Amino acid sequence: MKKKKLAGIILSLSLGMGVLAGCGGEKSGGGEKGDTIKIGANLELTGGGASYGQSIVEGMDLALEEINKEGVGGKKLKIVKYDNKSDAAEATTGAIKLASQDKVDVMIGAATSTNTLAQVQVANDNKVPLITPTGTNETITSKDGKVNEYVFRTCFIDPFQGTVAANFAQQELGAKTAAIYVDSSSDYSKGLAAAFKDAFTKAGGQIVAEEAFLQKDTDFQSTLTRIKKANPDFVFVPAFYEEVGLILKQARESGIDVPVMGGDGWDSPKLIEIAGKEALNNTFITNHYSAGDPDKKIQDFVSAFKKKYKDKSPDAFAALGYDTAYFIADSIKRAGDDATPEKIKDALASTKDLQLVSGNLTIDENHNPVKSAAILKYENGEQVFETKVNP
Amino acid sequence: MEFIQQLVNGISLGSIYALIALGYTMVYGIVKLINFAHGDVFMVGAFIGFYAITFMELSFFPALLLAMVACAIFGVLIERIAYKPLRNATRIAALITAIGVSLLIENGMIQIRGAQPEAYPNNVLPADSIDIFGVTIKSQSLMILGVSLFLMIVLQFVVHKTKIGRAMRAVSFDADAAKLMGISVNNTISATFAIGSALAGAAGVIFGTYYTKIEPLMGVMPGLKAFVAAVLGGIGIIPGAMVGGLLLGVVEGLVSASGLSLWRDAAAFVVLILILIFMPQGLFGKNRREKV
Repeated sequence: MKKKKLAGIILSLSLGMGVLAGCGGEKSGGGEKGDTIKIGANLELTGGGASYGQSIVEGMDLALEEINKEGVGGKKLKIVKYDNKSDAAEATTGAIKLASQDKVDVMIGAATSTNTLAQVQVANDNKVPLITPTGTNETITSKDGKVNEYVFRTCFIDPFQGTVAANFAQQELGAKTAAIYVDSSSDYSKGLAAAFKDAFTKAGGQIVAEEAFLQKDTDFQSTLTRIKKANPDFVFVPAFYEEVGLILKQARESGIDVPVMGGDGWDSPKLIEIAGKEALNNTFITNHYSAGDPDKKIQDFVSAFKKKYKDKSPDAFAALGYDTAYFIADSIKRAGDDATPEKIKDALASTKDLQLVSGNLTIDENHNPVKSAAILKYENGEQVFETKVNP
Repeated sequence: MEFIQQLVNGISLGSIYALIALGYTMVYGIVKLINFAHGDVFMVGAFIGFYAITFMELSFFPALLLAMVACAIFGVLIERIAYKPLRNATRIAALITAIGVSLLIENGMIQIRGAQPEAYPNNVLPADSIDIFGVTIKSQSLMILGVSLFLMIVLQFVVHKTKIGRAMRAVSFDADAAKLMGISVNNTISATFAIGSALAGAAGVIFGTYYTKIEPLMGVMPGLKAFVAAVLGGIGIIPGAMVGGLLLGVVEGLVSASGLSLWRDAAAFVVLILILIFMPQGLFGKNRREKV
């Protein structure tokens, strides 16, 4: 009996060793791992936010193509993509897969604030840096004064965007009263609305109506009738293009013809299709950049993008996807030869004066970039560059 | 004046529910099956209409007709493939199959064309507004209400005055006895599904032109609301579905109008629960025991 047991132990041990040896052999034999840096992307490729995710991927792919021509310190960047289906639970699952199975060095995602917030915990727990190209909610990078050590972003934050909108409404449009129509199922929308309200009332303005809707709603007429009755000078709708398109169309039909404004969530060609060109007249958005900005870096990017994607004009999401890839490449370069996720994180945090398409990027102590915002106006279904606002 | 405007808003929303509920309630009335895939046939109809208008460049009425015919065929196929083998199974088995079919259509659609939304072109139907004493009524919502009423009358006529309608009522009453009397039960049920699905397809195209945005999961909520509307009016009763739909729209409109817009969907389901507790036979139903 004893002999048999001993033999069994030896056999299983040797088998185990064999497996381990096999593993080791593969690693040293392949030798590939050392030459590539794996980046995970966890984005909205389908679902309600698909337009954002697709744009980010297009921008990112263009940037990686350019970066990989020379490589970063002799290494190539390789990307692993997951679709979070515009769903927070899927976003968490995707992040877990990227961090634990694919063992990526950096993660990009997601496009919207809600889906990014769903990944924050995973990034911190697994100590893998997470960079959201376009998640603007303030609590993504820091909450209650505590910074999320492994989380960064390439875009400005909601309080800034909301404040810019409030100032613009009061100073440029002369609005004294405003109505806010918020998507109460989105952290992004609520954050923007709170910042707008704060800035608008502090400067002496009055909020005459505060209404809310939920994502996937299609009929807004009853609430719009209420807003119309409140008779505001200006309406702020910080939401996403699918609902905003319907809201604008129905608002104009029910006779609300005052200026309407929103944030970067409006930025999608689908908005123009859904709302129609006429309903979009007299509306404004705050955005990360404008393809119509004459700056040379921006125009170079626009022409490279148009060349790769059949004359398509890049929206702000494409620009931020592009910038995020360069932001990562720059940090990897500065992190040195054996760039571990830990070192990349430190390099990301110490980024200063990095010239990107969406402006000059410096990361502050809360892991937020300090950079400028553009204000765009819709005219006959086209975005027209109005002005640039610095923080 | 604002109250009347809100009433008008509610009725225009309710006529969409009524339109979907008509097909829903008809299938239930005759086959006694809660067809959860009805909302998804509605979605397929909306997409067929969209492609007919944008790619085949048809105008509104030919597109509507095409969607109705395609959905009728689609509905019959669903019935033949998924429900017919379960004709003599328990009601719960058929119900679960219906839920499965619904999920299959939704995710199949996403697989085929992706989940991104599509926008109906704006110039399909003239969008005028009529102003009466400060109340704005859209010509399109009048049209929807008109179409719903017209279809309800046609359905009533078909069910009560035609030969196929008589067959439907016979099958609904007792399928075995109907078979003994020489009625083809299979053909009758197919006809029921064809008519019901054609109505769903029509509702889809009208929804698309009215609300512009369509996407693969657009049938879920209207499907559930149509179910509530059908139960509210008395499930299986055609005028009941019409009244139930309009009532539900008005309830939702008034809830939003009082500033509780986030409670709108909740209100619809509270209505369902209240009806099930206090008047399970619905507003138009007679209180009769089911034959055991």
